[in-house]
Amino acid sequence: MIRRLFTRLFMHLDGYLLFALSLLMLFGLIVLYSAAGEDFHFVTRQMTNLSVALSVMWLVANIPPQHLARLGLPVYVIGLLLLLGVALFGEISHGARRWLHIGVTTIQPSEVMKIAVPLMLAWYFDRRAATLRFKDFVIAAILLAVPVAFILKQPDLGTSLLVTAAGFYVLFLGGLSWRVLVGLAVAGAASLTLLWSMQHDYQRQRVLTLLDPTQDPLGTGYHIIQSTIAMGSGGIFGKGWLHGTQAHLEFLPERHTDFILAVLAEEFGLFGGLILLAIYLLVIGRGLVIAANAPTLFGRLFAGSIVLTFFTYAFVNIGMVSGILPVVGVPLPLMSYGGTSAVTLLFGMGALMSIQTHRKLVQT
Amino acid sequence: MKFGAEIKNHKLELHNFRLRIALSAAFVLFAFFLLSARLFYLQVMQHEHYQTLAENNRISIVPIVPNRGLILDRNGVALAHNYSAFTLEITPSKVKDLNETINGLAGIIEITPRDRKRFKKLLEESKNFETLPIRSRLSEVEVAKFAVNRYRFPGVEIKARLFRHYPHMETFSHVVGHIGRINDRDVERLEEAELLANYRGTDHIGKQGLEQSYEKQLHGITGFEQVETDAGGRAVRTLSRMPPTSGDTLYLSIDSKLQEIAVKAFGKFRGSLVAIEPKSGEVLAFVSQPGFDPNLFVDGIDSVNWDTYNNSLDKPLNNRALRGQYPPGSTFKPFMALAGLELGKRTPSYSISDPGFFTLPGNSHRYRDWKAGGHGTVDLHKSIVISCDTYYYGLAVDLGIDNITKFMSHFGFGRKSGIDIEGEQIGVLPSQAWKMKRFKQKWYTGDTVSVGIGQGYNLATPLQLAVATAALANNGQLMRPRLVHSIHDSKTGQTRVLAPETRDGWPLKPENLERVTAAMVDVTRPGGTASRASAGAEYSIAGKTGTAQVVGMKQGQKYVESQVAERHRDHALFIAFAPADKPRIAIAVLVENGGHGGSIAAPIARTVMDYYLLGKVPKEPLAPDAAEEPEHD
Repeated sequence: MIRRLFTRLFMHLDGYLLFALSLLMLFGLIVLYSAAGEDFHFVTRQMTNLSVALSVMWLVANIPPQHLARLGLPVYVIGLLLLLGVALFGEISHGARRWLHIGVTTIQPSEVMKIAVPLMLAWYFDRRAATLRFKDFVIAAILLAVPVAFILKQPDLGTSLLVTAAGFYVLFLGGLSWRVLVGLAVAGAASLTLLWSMQHDYQRQRVLTLLDPTQDPLGTGYHIIQSTIAMGSGGIFGKGWLHGTQAHLEFLPERHTDFILAVLAEEFGLFGGLILLAIYLLVIGRGLVIAANAPTLFGRLFAGSIVLTFFTYAFVNIGMVSGILPVVGVPLPLMSYGGTSAVTLLFGMGALMSIQTHRKLVQT
Repeated sequence: MKFGAEIKNHKLELHNFRLRIALSAAFVLFAFFLLSARLFYLQVMQHEHYQTLAENNRISIVPIVPNRGLILDRNGVALAHNYSAFTLEITPSKVKDLNETINGLAGIIEITPRDRKRFKKLLEESKNFETLPIRSRLSEVEVAKFAVNRYRFPGVEIKARLFRHYPHMETFSHVVGHIGRINDRDVERLEEAELLANYRGTDHIGKQGLEQSYEKQLHGITGFEQVETDAGGRAVRTLSRMPPTSGDTLYLSIDSKLQEIAVKAFGKFRGSLVAIEPKSGEVLAFVSQPGFDPNLFVDGIDSVNWDTYNNSLDKPLNNRALRGQYPPGSTFKPFMALAGLELGKRTPSYSISDPGFFTLPGNSHRYRDWKAGGHGTVDLHKSIVISCDTYYYGLAVDLGIDNITKFMSHFGFGRKSGIDIEGEQIGVLPSQAWKMKRFKQKWYTGDTVSVGIGQGYNLATPLQLAVATAALANNGQLMRPRLVHSIHDSKTGQTRVLAPETRDGWPLKPENLERVTAAMVDVTRPGGTASRASAGAEYSIAGKTGTAQVVGMKQGQKYVESQVAERHRDHALFIAFAPADKPRIAIAVLVENGGHGGSIAAPIARTVMDYYLLGKVPKEPLAPDAAEEPEHD
């Protein structure tokens, strides 16, 4: 009886993924304890966050992919309406309009788009699978561009980057022709200059200080300088858990959120950093296998997009903290403190598991 | 070929998809390789570099402000010293509602409206992150009261600081000057001089007087403490300490007692007195009356006191000795006489018949003598003793302005004396070039006439007059006047005496000097213009009285003192050196609106000389001489 319940509970979870994700979250909590100044408060709150996120994952894993696909259009439309609501009535905080009051709570609709966009595009491609034409790619591109434009306008560079990536991965895996890709690359380079002129001052400054963080050591360059000092001083094996001087003497800003990698690298060294990369590779590798083996086009595209977006999170954050990418405000997946990103990420992981575990039921 | 060609073959489609997944995997691996390489670079190759940076991050350098050097008089009496006291300071950026905080503080510690005004002024001048004193000199009870209530006032703290104090208040205000809070202009100047690093942690800098001109010696060298800190700058522990070097102590040539006596001698009069040792150029007394309380300026003066000082008709902030420019009047005559002798335009026996006025050939304009009807037959000796104007009108014309300019400049007129405080005025030594520059007009002989009696365009500061008198008492050798006698180096413990500095004087022929000195001695004897003030002196005084017009008199109009408003009365002047045969002190006295040099200015000089030469302390404050002297000057 208990055994059956147990199997029922776990039947739609993927063992490899669950193992890798558990390692990741455990590692994350260990580093967080140190980063938060040996304060259990943050750890317990993060455990609550993760519990909620894991429940969402379990729930999503138990929804068959075809049902998930049907959610594509409504979620996308609702998300878009919410974004419109933010643009009109949103709450301004730190110079950006990102949050929306709904009854008792505030939500960040741009976060919803990280799931809604790939879900919508994968669903759309799946519907048009038999007669997929260039026109469909154009429509998909527009479906992607509209929410991205809203999010850019908030402005939220990090989220718009991730949403763009998620949408682009669907287009890419959906078979966007190489010519277009090359064309896009060229156009992208050209529009980069145009984009530069449209940036907010603080966004430009982020890029400029990335090129030379010493330019403004107490201002915008401070994050990068401090995080590279923390990482570099960690050496091969690190200073030991709870012994990071940069982290504990409060030199590192945002050390329990976006810059938690610096704490990890300072205390666990190159060794710890490589272990983290290995765990991420495990998650991404398993995700790519799931995508490759997915029975439907929707499953393939959605799974592929989710796993590559997960990769993008990790790459952008690590690149940013180690000083090779601009500071764009992307958390380190499942390591950084915060509930929103954990829920979004584990929603995706749940979807991957659903696609994997419902395979046999739809295979023809 | 059409873009996005129709995919008909499911297998082909799957194949294409898996190819792209494989490509993505390759990209992921490449990207992770890049990240690993970056981590390797940071943590292995650059490890040592970042290790050092991390150490530096933890270790911050905290400046230790050196004790400011003391300023003492020649006998070691403190004119400026430091004492330690507690202040209540607010960091405005850390305080939510400044008014509420100050009101709250006023509930436990007395904060006067004056404190509030001063704080408001500091707030306007400062940057937000600086801590600013709201109250200074807290008592121990007040410190304890605040300590108990501390939690209620984030951003407010008690600091132990060294305070500058000027115990003699007004007496030395124009010599010692004062320090004040460092402002933006000071920072700029320090930055240019590359001294800013030495001022880390320092709030004050010399603003005036010796505090300003000897800032470099007085400030000392800032020490440093290496402390381990967090990013907020909070010290966790001290690692090493490099003690500061206190500023050097200045010993002045001024005798504070002499200065006090001189100040008292002025009574209620405004004016200035400068006394110099002729041989060395050392300043013995340097008075500008009235003075001000320099202590009020140390932490920024409040607006009430500022307005009082600034709007006062007495101009207490004006350093008259250094910056007050007055016509030297008849005190110019001994120098003119010397010029006549030295340049061969007059012999001692040459005499004129004085009708009471002087006219230029071909001009009816009468240059009047102060005595209507004249002095009869006047030679060089008599011209000084009775201060005959007519004699000097003619002499000036005979010398010509170029000779006068040249000769007088060797006595320091028209140029800086080089005294060791800043802001000196140079007065006016008129010349052809000066008039052209100033008025775009050529020089007329008529201009020369009034220059001869120290009027006309002539202007000199009391300091310049004293310097010129000292040169006279030093055989024409001009010396650079100096307030600081020696500097005690706090580091080496050695005292360096500053050597006297000579300047380009005019070596006087002994017989010429003797003639003029003899005449000046007779000025202070019965029949001379300063006889009363010198009566009963146990040493011989060589002096010369003078009067400087404040309001010009029209031709034919007579100056009657009782009819002139007090502030329009003439300035009284007196220069002197003593003992006449072996001068040890040279003095210039100016009393604003004092009237007669002989009755007002000379007694002040006498009091100072009596103390300096004989150690005589005046029994009672000198009352202004009410009796009209028969002589003018």
